[in-house]
Amino acid sequence: MGGGARLTIRSVAADPRSAGLLADAHALGIHTVTGIDVADVVFFAEPLGAEARTAIEAVLVDPLLQTGSWDVPAGGIETALLPGVTDPAATAVQLAMTTIGLAHTGVATGTRFEVHGDAGAADRAALAHRLLANDVIERWADGPIEPHFVDEHATADHSVEHVDVRHLDDDALMDVSRERGLSLDLAELQAVAAHFRAAGRAPTDVELETLAQTWSEHCSHKTFRARITTPDGAEITPLLRQLRVATDAIDARFLRSAFVGNAGIVSFTEGTTLAVKAETHNHPSAIEPFGGANTGVGGVIRDVMGAAHHPIAVTDILCFGPTDTDPAGLPDGVLHPRLVERGVVDGIADYGNKIGLPTVAGAVLYDPGYTANPLVYAGCIGVARDGDWELPGPQPGDLVVVLGGRTGRDGLRGATFSSATMDATTGDVAGASVQIGDPITEKLLIDVLRECGGLYTAITDCGAGGLSSAVGEMAEGVGADVDMALAPLKYPGLRPWEIWLSEAQERMVMAVPPAMWVVLEERCRRHGVEATSLGTFTGDGVLRVRAGDLTVLELDTHFLHDGRPQRAMVAELPTPRRDPAEPPACPDPAATLLALLAHPNIASKERIIRRYDHEIRGTSVVRPLVGAAHDGPADGVVLAEPADRHGVAIGIGVNPWYGVADPERMAHAVVDEAIRNVVAVGADPAMVALLDNFSWGDPRRPSTLGELAMAVQGCCDAALAHAAPFVSGKDSLNNEYLGSDGQRHAVPPTLVITAMAHVPDADRVVTPDLKRAGNVLVLLGHTQWSSGAATSRWCMGCP
Amino acid sequence: MVLAAPGTNRDHDVAFALGLAGADSRVTLLGELLARPALLGEVQMLVVAGGFSYADALGAGRMWSLALTHGVGDALQSFVAAGDPVLGICNGFQVLTGTHLLPGSLAHNESGHFQCEWVRLEAPASRCVWTDALDPVECPIAHGEGRYVHPDVAALAAAGQVALRYSPGHNPNGSAADIAGVCDPSGVVLGLMPHPENHVLHRQHPRHTRHRQWAGPGPVRARCALREGALRWTPSSMSICPSPTVATGR
Repeated sequence: MGGGARLTIRSVAADPRSAGLLADAHALGIHTVTGIDVADVVFFAEPLGAEARTAIEAVLVDPLLQTGSWDVPAGGIETALLPGVTDPAATAVQLAMTTIGLAHTGVATGTRFEVHGDAGAADRAALAHRLLANDVIERWADGPIEPHFVDEHATADHSVEHVDVRHLDDDALMDVSRERGLSLDLAELQAVAAHFRAAGRAPTDVELETLAQTWSEHCSHKTFRARITTPDGAEITPLLRQLRVATDAIDARFLRSAFVGNAGIVSFTEGTTLAVKAETHNHPSAIEPFGGANTGVGGVIRDVMGAAHHPIAVTDILCFGPTDTDPAGLPDGVLHPRLVERGVVDGIADYGNKIGLPTVAGAVLYDPGYTANPLVYAGCIGVARDGDWELPGPQPGDLVVVLGGRTGRDGLRGATFSSATMDATTGDVAGASVQIGDPITEKLLIDVLRECGGLYTAITDCGAGGLSSAVGEMAEGVGADVDMALAPLKYPGLRPWEIWLSEAQERMVMAVPPAMWVVLEERCRRHGVEATSLGTFTGDGVLRVRAGDLTVLELDTHFLHDGRPQRAMVAELPTPRRDPAEPPACPDPAATLLALLAHPNIASKERIIRRYDHEIRGTSVVRPLVGAAHDGPADGVVLAEPADRHGVAIGIGVNPWYGVADPERMAHAVVDEAIRNVVAVGADPAMVALLDNFSWGDPRRPSTLGELAMAVQGCCDAALAHAAPFVSGKDSLNNEYLGSDGQRHAVPPTLVITAMAHVPDADRVVTPDLKRAGNVLVLLGHTQWSSGAATSRWCMGCP
Repeated sequence: MVLAAPGTNRDHDVAFALGLAGADSRVTLLGELLARPALLGEVQMLVVAGGFSYADALGAGRMWSLALTHGVGDALQSFVAAGDPVLGICNGFQVLTGTHLLPGSLAHNESGHFQCEWVRLEAPASRCVWTDALDPVECPIAHGEGRYVHPDVAALAAAGQVALRYSPGHNPNGSAADIAGVCDPSGVVLGLMPHPENHVLHRQHPRHTRHRQWAGPGPVRARCALREGALRWTPSSMSICPSPTVATGR
């Protein structure tokens, strides 16, 4: 402890974190541990006098609940965040010190675990490595940890590297892509080389990274836009076009905007519009479940804000490996599903609860296919006055304004990372791709944007690719000139390309007419939101990025957005398994029923749902839990503003097990399920909008692409049959894990359909719980024996 | 005045509930109050709203209470001394204990995590102008740090400062003596963890579809938050509805 000070804060009563950690340790097979006490540690870079210590203790230690000690304790396992990972608690301590008039000093925080039992060094290391610290964002020490303080005087290397790809052969091009983690294929690399041959210069590293981000699967959906043929040469309409054609054919009068911009937009009632979007955050959640899910929620909320709508609710669909998986059988580098589940649920709860949005609809699925590749879908719904979302787009002369959080070295290369297959080293190399969100900063963004209508001509969120993707998209056809030296930073020392590509969360980019700038700044100041002009939209169609006087990127926006060669792919269409299955023998129907109800995929998810605030805003009219004791699962949910008569219903459809057998009929079934779920709670079946979210394996394998193509066709047919248009969607492909055993672990084909529908009278909604004895039960529809992939078959011991 | 700090998120819910009761409620941002403490002199009632002020860094409500104590401590003391009512809900309760306007502290729930569920509350006889002789009400909780801790709950009860208790079997978080809300010695300052502002309409109750007699629009008297005695206005807009006791069907 070189010269500084540390305060260890312990709970007077048993710390509530202890019991959960002990249970997790035992579940991971570490039985030598009999107890884990938890304490918080605050580190100060400068020594503190007695008076300062007393003042700090008065703020940080509640004498009714806690004790504080300035001594350095012996033993224990301690964890601290890695350098570069944002430490909001440290920032809060600094703010508190300023408030009480103490001098500024570096602050860092950590966590201390005092382990009881007779765990040896190996078990302690296993405990630290697998449970107490996540190596992706934290480091640990067996004993007191040395703090790391943010270097507040770091300087940046502003040099630019030129990577001459112009005359490389195919192998050398692929080497460049691999070494730099660009995730570009050969045709794309050749297009880049040809572009710079014509330009007569070598690209900079910033230009290569920007092209890789913009052309990534994550940002450009190359599979959904690809030209697809079958092995016998037949052509399949590009998948995205199929969905658009179906939506156009339905021609719903409530549709305002589909498959354009950040979210789909509909108008169910005169004068207002609703925006809806769902995203996946699968890869980050696999390696850092809390941060991955946390920022997944934050990202999709910003999508809705980027569609100029005010967020009103969040949804989540989670797919995990079985939580009782034998830890010994896990592939290398894979977190135990129990820890993934806990981290993901904590991450969603943390973001949704703090930002103040009800987390209302969702599903939780368990299957061994998700053990190495958990899936995390997060959705958001927003509301706006009709017309407010229709923005003219950036005009030449408009300012490029970044709003919200500061930029740090977090989340570099997320888009390319999410577009690659994971392997055992992913957690090590991709650490910088994962971040922890800051929901309060985003909450303030929501508040301020509510007051900024008419002050901007375009808005988008900083998601994957950060400023490169946000400014790059907005500048399409217009051009922009931005200076990275102007960007507000979390700490100094960032290189221009790091600022340009950082995926630091909670940022939005706006195009602001100069005449509106003063008013916008004033509104932002009132809410404590930072707004900074980085440059202007130019009108010359060129994207220019500078660091002061040094130009680090100069790209024609037409090449950036339209220069990627269309991918050509082969799809082998699957032969569905549709053999009529005979009903299996069921010797004990009562036991089978109980086994079914106890099955993790069917049992009530109350344990998880209660972790989310579904009451805030007072809009939940049908909640995710229903029944006399509010513990049974609901079909769909209904939200209605307290002052409104009408509401909106949300329902989910998902069934990956059906997809394994028959992707096309799975799509029919899940579209149908989502729509039935909203109709069952009182929605108007003529006013349903749909969202598609595909999580699939590697589409470069023709059989996988074939399954995807059949699912898309099924979606379109079902949408047409129900006259319910798709308004937006997202695909997350490459959900595969290449184990060190050389085996590929792909997820089952997981199509999630979200239905959003109009509820004409929110006072007359319906819930699925049986209300009283003596009521008549009516079965609608035709029932036949069909049990392919049914959970009941597993419960009866069938394959 | 409904006061909101960075991270407060139920300010609009409570402002809506107060509006239903006929109040002219406005949300004031903490920064605005710190810049002009005299604003407190222009209002008849202060509500410290729920949420996650400053992300609950360093402990729920701690940063906010620090800012209040150092920024407007005197103005707040005079407001209370004048007998003007103050209400702190959830994070607001945590803040008011942090400023020592209310006794005790709120610790992490026994479960160790955030919980969202409905509870039933009873108001024992107390000094509290908000809740004395109130019928039982149901409303949701939504918190991770709501376990009430006090060194001498018997003395607190004897002093008439226990304003609300969770009904037997409804204590969600391990609070001492089932305490859900407490008041200051004068009875004008109330803090409670549950959210009465989220139960002001029939359809906000989780069992409303099981009780068709509730059908139709209209507010429930969330009297916990809207106690006549504490308000300076005429509660003329309060509607005549089945009282929550009857309506829950228990």
